[in-house]
Amino acid sequence: MSSTDAAQTGLTIEALTKAIDAVVATIVDHASELTDLDMAIGDGDHGLNMKRGFEAVRGAAAKIAAQTPADALKTIGTTLIMTVGGASGPLYGSLFLAMSKAVADRPIDLVVAAEMLEAGIQAVQSRGKSHAGEKTMLETLIPVGAALTAAGPAADPAALTAALKAAAAAGAASTVPLRASKGRASFLGERSIGHMDPGARSSELMVGAVCDAFFAPAP
Amino acid sequence: MTKKTPAKPTANVGIVIVSHSPDVARGAADMVRQMVGTSIPLAHCGGDPDGGLGTSVPAIMAAIEAAWSPSGVAILVDLGGAETNSEMAIEMLDDDRRDLVVICNAPVVEGAIMAATEASGGARLAEVKAAAEELSPA
Repeated sequence: MSSTDAAQTGLTIEALTKAIDAVVATIVDHASELTDLDMAIGDGDHGLNMKRGFEAVRGAAAKIAAQTPADALKTIGTTLIMTVGGASGPLYGSLFLAMSKAVADRPIDLVVAAEMLEAGIQAVQSRGKSHAGEKTMLETLIPVGAALTAAGPAADPAALTAALKAAAAAGAASTVPLRASKGRASFLGERSIGHMDPGARSSELMVGAVCDAFFAPAP
Repeated sequence: MTKKTPAKPTANVGIVIVSHSPDVARGAADMVRQMVGTSIPLAHCGGDPDGGLGTSVPAIMAAIEAAWSPSGVAILVDLGGAETNSEMAIEMLDDDRRDLVVICNAPVVEGAIMAATEASGGARLAEVKAAAEELSPA
């Protein structure tokens, strides 16, 4: 989708499907990295859980392809909730469900997308009873949401991609020196310091995959 | 049929045990059955959807259904993901059931026994939850 197309017709299910494929691929490719991060400060299941969840999303591809983007996001959220098996299922599931709800029958342009992401971030905060600074996926999502909102309706795709990826990378990296106060890592207290949060990393991977799928120039 | 004792006004509250480990969930349920008996609806679940360590929203929903009581269901959980997945399972219940299911902030084994003991005496859902939570530091 180019930003011009998006302004006129909104996000199509074809473009969303391409983004979903890219997200599934990156999560599957990085499953062992996510598991290694989680073994350092959690229970070591984040990679496998996310892989299982997103492979189930891939399994729902035929259903998703026949849906509106809003309904497709709902299918993704429900699928993750029912299949991930760890806390990241309800957390990522709630993100996608809230994004679906925020569409509210509008064509999805960059402004609507920013509203959707903000609604999703609110849902993650509410589900996790968490906020910024607690060494979670929010460390990635909050700056990405701010960057998308700041980009406005007519952002240049290449510049937007660079801004969102930079925000995601900086956000995930910012979790390294933080002390966890939510989730399993909170049991480690000071020992959680010095490790990247696996949820912040998986969120960074997803943001990168979505940007590339939406905005990369056609080969 | 005439009962010798007056019937309780409502059914006993049900108990659900959710652990990352199927063995822990089953073991805790075994202890409740032995120590409290069979007068309460009791269900347990553990393990992720592939059978590894973890918890599963559909399995928790099925356990709530299995332990269903018109007086409500109290859930005992072990670690973070079990709580988050239990909250999600509750939200996915029908509207008329959602408000009748609570998660107890209590250690899973001791909390299950305390909650089940309270429930076996016909206590209300709030009393069952409070009995389990007496074990947790304020």
